[in-house]
Amino acid sequence: MSDFLLVDLSRLQFALTALYHFLFVPLTLGLSILIAMMETVYVMTRRTIWRDMTKFWGVLFGINFALGVATGITMEFQFGMNWAYYSHYVGDVFGAPLAIEGLMAFFLEATFVGLFFFGWDRLSPRAHMIVTWLMALGTNFSALWILIANGWMQNPVGSAFNPDTMRMEVTDFMAVIFNPVAQAKFVHTVSAGYVCAATFVLGVSAWYLLRGRHVELAKRSFVIASAFGVASALSVIVLGDESGYALTDNQKMKLAAIEAMWETEPAPASFTAFGIPSHSDRQTHFAIHIPWVMGIIGTRSFDRQIAGIDELVAHAEARIRNGIVAYDALEKIKADRGDTAARAVFDASSKDLGYALLLKRYLPDPRQASEQQIKDAAWSTVPYVPLLFFGFRLMVACGFTLLALFAVSLWHTTRETEAPRWLFRAALIAMPLPWIAIEVGWFVAEFGRQPWIIDGVLPTFLATSELGVSDLLLTIAGFTLVYGVLAVIEVRLMLAAIRKGPEVAKVIDDLRPSADPAMQPAE
Amino acid sequence: MIEFLFDYETLRVIWWILLGVLLIGFAATDGFDMGVGALLPFVAKTDAERRVAINTIGPVWEGNQVWFILGGGAIFAAWPALYAMSFSGFYLAMFLVLLALIMRPVGFKYRSKRPDPAWRTRWDWALFVGGAVPALIFGVAVGNTLQGVPFHFTPDLRPIYEGSLFGLLNPLALYCGLVSLAMLVTHGAAWLTFKAEGTVADRARAVGARSAIVTSALFAGGGVLVWLGLLGGYRVTSPIVWDGPSNPLVKTVVADGGAWLANFHAHPLLWIVPALGIAAPLLAAAGFQARLEGWTFIASKVGVVTIIATVGLAMFPILLPSSSNPGHSLAVFDASSSRATLRNMLIATVIFMPLILAYTAWVYSVLWGKVGEKSIEKAGSSAY
Repeated sequence: MSDFLLVDLSRLQFALTALYHFLFVPLTLGLSILIAMMETVYVMTRRTIWRDMTKFWGVLFGINFALGVATGITMEFQFGMNWAYYSHYVGDVFGAPLAIEGLMAFFLEATFVGLFFFGWDRLSPRAHMIVTWLMALGTNFSALWILIANGWMQNPVGSAFNPDTMRMEVTDFMAVIFNPVAQAKFVHTVSAGYVCAATFVLGVSAWYLLRGRHVELAKRSFVIASAFGVASALSVIVLGDESGYALTDNQKMKLAAIEAMWETEPAPASFTAFGIPSHSDRQTHFAIHIPWVMGIIGTRSFDRQIAGIDELVAHAEARIRNGIVAYDALEKIKADRGDTAARAVFDASSKDLGYALLLKRYLPDPRQASEQQIKDAAWSTVPYVPLLFFGFRLMVACGFTLLALFAVSLWHTTRETEAPRWLFRAALIAMPLPWIAIEVGWFVAEFGRQPWIIDGVLPTFLATSELGVSDLLLTIAGFTLVYGVLAVIEVRLMLAAIRKGPEVAKVIDDLRPSADPAMQPAE
Repeated sequence: MIEFLFDYETLRVIWWILLGVLLIGFAATDGFDMGVGALLPFVAKTDAERRVAINTIGPVWEGNQVWFILGGGAIFAAWPALYAMSFSGFYLAMFLVLLALIMRPVGFKYRSKRPDPAWRTRWDWALFVGGAVPALIFGVAVGNTLQGVPFHFTPDLRPIYEGSLFGLLNPLALYCGLVSLAMLVTHGAAWLTFKAEGTVADRARAVGARSAIVTSALFAGGGVLVWLGLLGGYRVTSPIVWDGPSNPLVKTVVADGGAWLANFHAHPLLWIVPALGIAAPLLAAAGFQARLEGWTFIASKVGVVTIIATVGLAMFPILLPSSSNPGHSLAVFDASSSRATLRNMLIATVIFMPLILAYTAWVYSVLWGKVGEKSIEKAGSSAY
């Protein structure tokens, strides 16, 4: 029933296109706010340097934004193209935030981004500033709604399976919107976007300062980026998305896997600072424990326990057994829609239906599963521990490094003396760190959700479209090729614009007419 | 008082209308952007001319494209089975559309970043592909939808598509692709005569006067194909339960060559819509000749609206017929999301759609006026 090569290729394509899309989105999120802040300073002080800054960073914003939009088109349709069963199964719940994202965010962002670039001499400075803020608001709203959708995949609240339509349907939309996992993820993700933009502005400014070019613009940008960076990095770390981890069995499983916590420890649990987890041995070698830290961070208490992997697997096994009861009742309902006894059984057990579906990996009818298959299915709820363990630590290390960089930068900007050159070099070298942290963070969040596409509801391997492997190979090759070429072009344009500096965005009154290449005819 | 709006059957019909509004909104706004892209190599020869054509849509195409993105999201939310079946079924066609559409954001933004003529020519072709290919394929998709698509559902409601890309590219579907291409080229030409100055507007006027007549003739020809029963026709034969659960396995449907005309026979007033689909492009053609630019654009827009509305009215209540298992066809009464979701989404639409229309109108008014080589020079590096 499920071709595992097809499933793996579908996942690969989604991961490639989502990770690629997410190279551009965080910078858009943060840079839009930074630009709006710069323009606000311009409107308040009317000092043209701030307008020049707005325009210069606006050019870089535009180059980045174009690819964010281009790759976002793919995302909106890929659920239907590659995940047709998923789309049918959860569209009733998952589709709504996507549609509201379009209504509330995309229109705002896309309508005003045009005016941001084309409206400089058609609008008063104040009106243009409002346009810029609306554009920034639009980009940030879009993060809110997509993370409400994603939060529901991690913690599927406010919904239930309807045996008459064979899908999940919404029962409490407010619960979906105010899902604590979604809210935590939203704050964590947009803050990460702000960190990304702050690092970008800090790094480019540092490069100018090292070379003594565009010093006025670079100094101011450096200050605003380091202040914004400190606030954002603190927000990412302190208000990080760990607050959602204690909510469900699978979120707990993700936490246990990230910490490679095989057994439940007496509270408060210790934190494994380093170790080499072995998925097959089901233990962590060479572990260095820091007592109490994990329990305090994970539960905000001294007395509550954090469940270990072994305990969670035992939970999963019990839920699989109950899920088989639900599956059996559902089959009876399908055969006879009026079977009220079966409906009563189903209503009592339907929360575990998804766990029975895990058995479809081994056989078509979960009711025929052997003891061994049930045990295997229970263990299949453990995501691959070593990748999560190290991925999480890499992300955290990047975050703390950036916080330190912003803090030192901010401290130096408050002093009379010039900041030291090593700081500028550090800012330049640190530029890739937010992207590494963000991509790894996406991986930890989504790979950590496996084997589920919707936590506890639908296993990933059941969710794909019934496509041919050759279709997938063709589209993966096509996306890779096109995205690869566009990435090269994007980076080159970005570097060229940075090298050129603020005059790339200068308006006519400063620069007309000779230097603008656009004035020359093609032939 | 407004409780009746929240009946399941009312909500389903409202969302069928909103589905039409979204598709029409997309075609009527982003349609002229695609038309301009498709016309770019033909109405603009020099770089200065091409910049005129591009900058007429430069500030607005992005907002227009959101109609398409929102269409995807709204179909997902309101018609999940349709979203699942159509996009997985039209997989490779959709892939081509996506690749073409990806070319536009980067093409608009990156083209003016370097003066190199070879660089700019490459992006001109990218913008051409980004306009012409989707304009054609969307029509092909409509053609296939009219004819019916081979698919079925398993008892678990897993969608299974049985056809291939080449099955989608059949002659009758390609004919529908030409209707949509001609329609959007006309719409793009109407926009250019309205918004551009000089040679670009003159060439667009010449193309538009012809393509408008072609649009009208091709659309009328499509009507003949439907009348002959060549472009599908399906009829629900079991009693329709308008407020039943969304499960497409419990009804019966038959293929019937004349069925797409049944709604018009039952409600003769509806003939106004296809009649306008034929007449409005002809009025646009006259408008191009008479240089009534504003009226031409409005006539072209009416043509786009009524041509698309004709398809929806012909098929109601069917959304996507299955040619291999007609009973599994997706219909307004059995492919929607739950009542709660339709209601929640309607509330969101009622709140946000007026806001969207208001600020979009304001942006267009700020950008009001012709685009010519002078105005681009004045805008400096903020122009594309």
